[in-house]
Amino acid sequence: MTNLPGYRRPFFSTQPDYLYPPYRSTVKRAPTRPLVLIPQTLSEITGPVFGDDAVGANDFDLTGGHDGDPLGERIIVSGRVLDEGGKAVPHALIELWQANASGRYRHDVDNHDAPLDPNFTGCGRTLSDAQGHYRFVTIKPGAYPWRNHFNAWRPAHLHLSLFGQGFMQRLVTQMYFPGDPLLAYDPMYTSVPNEQARARLVSSFDWETTVPEHALGYRFDIVLNGRDATPMER
Amino acid sequence: MSLLTTSSQTVGPFVTIGFAWLTTTDIAPPPVAGERVTVEGRMVDGDGKPVSDAVVEIWQANAQGKYAHPEDRQDRSAAAGFRGFGRIPTDAQGFFRFTTIKPGNVPGPGATVQAPHLLVSIFMRGLLKRLVSRIYFPDDPANATDAVLALVPADRRATLIAKQAGADAATLTWNVILQGADETVFFDC
Repeated sequence: MTNLPGYRRPFFSTQPDYLYPPYRSTVKRAPTRPLVLIPQTLSEITGPVFGDDAVGANDFDLTGGHDGDPLGERIIVSGRVLDEGGKAVPHALIELWQANASGRYRHDVDNHDAPLDPNFTGCGRTLSDAQGHYRFVTIKPGAYPWRNHFNAWRPAHLHLSLFGQGFMQRLVTQMYFPGDPLLAYDPMYTSVPNEQARARLVSSFDWETTVPEHALGYRFDIVLNGRDATPMER
Repeated sequence: MSLLTTSSQTVGPFVTIGFAWLTTTDIAPPPVAGERVTVEGRMVDGDGKPVSDAVVEIWQANAQGKYAHPEDRQDRSAAAGFRGFGRIPTDAQGFFRFTTIKPGNVPGPGATVQAPHLLVSIFMRGLLKRLVSRIYFPDDPANATDAVLALVPADRRATLIAKQAGADAATLTWNVILQGADETVFFDC
């Protein structure tokens, strides 16, 4: 019964280390003792399951639900949720949160001197379909200043949270926009050692999902941990 | 085909915007059967300061030791309406608190049986990827033979075992200490 295949660890250098001093908040929050390596058991291989009833029919559309339209450049973000083997991850819950077009979050601790938008809350969610496809409608967020270092600005980004098909596929990441000059100055982006992996965090403009007279399309595929072919018993 | 895994990035300081809708501080509300327990704790950073912007996620089996997941094919009964997932933000003082039922024993590596435990993921500003830990229950005889606990250096094992908070046996304390001599054990799985 316990002879289920486990999940592979992510390919080396695709994931940031906990301690990355250029991102100052890691210094007092990163673990200082070595992680304890454990085998994956039924506990780690399983994970929460969310059915179609978990999300509302319009939760994928962050531009709706208010009296008017939000300010900013309307965009469609779509792609596939895949595993390392290129296999679709179906029915995966994806949560999205972001700043508004001015670079301001609707949150008590955000004191950036940029206007809130009464027509934008900045959170949404959806499930990938049977082939792993997902789609959000939102607005392009603005760049956001923070106090990590002198003249620090976060590049425009969307926060994305995925549950995958088990605890071992849980992932929270950020999606960036192509050609953003702030990426090179951003310690969150540069915390990823592998250049190809960093590139994976940058969406691409997608003419084919762009809707004429309506919204620009951006494509962003998300790759979760892959499955071992054989049961993981150590 | 072989694709590079998408890199983890921090949830940042505004995580509650995205996570609030699924906040679940009672993981097993009645009529889910089982021994009800409340777990409360405090999260502190390397300076001993409270972490006020973290989110704790719990994954657990039901009282029979069965996970609400299609790959758990044990011949044990599922609990109707029980997903086994909780999400709890820390407050301004770094406190978090949730109520659930004590899970049953679940299969471990090989033919072993794991002691009742809750899986924990921790997210916060300053964490570029989640921390993974476990909460075990005090005075459970199965702790002595748990294969995962056995991999933890003996002098650090106590960080994974909740303690009875006071006279009430149903209220347990489990703290998260991110750095230092009493640093909580975090796993690489």
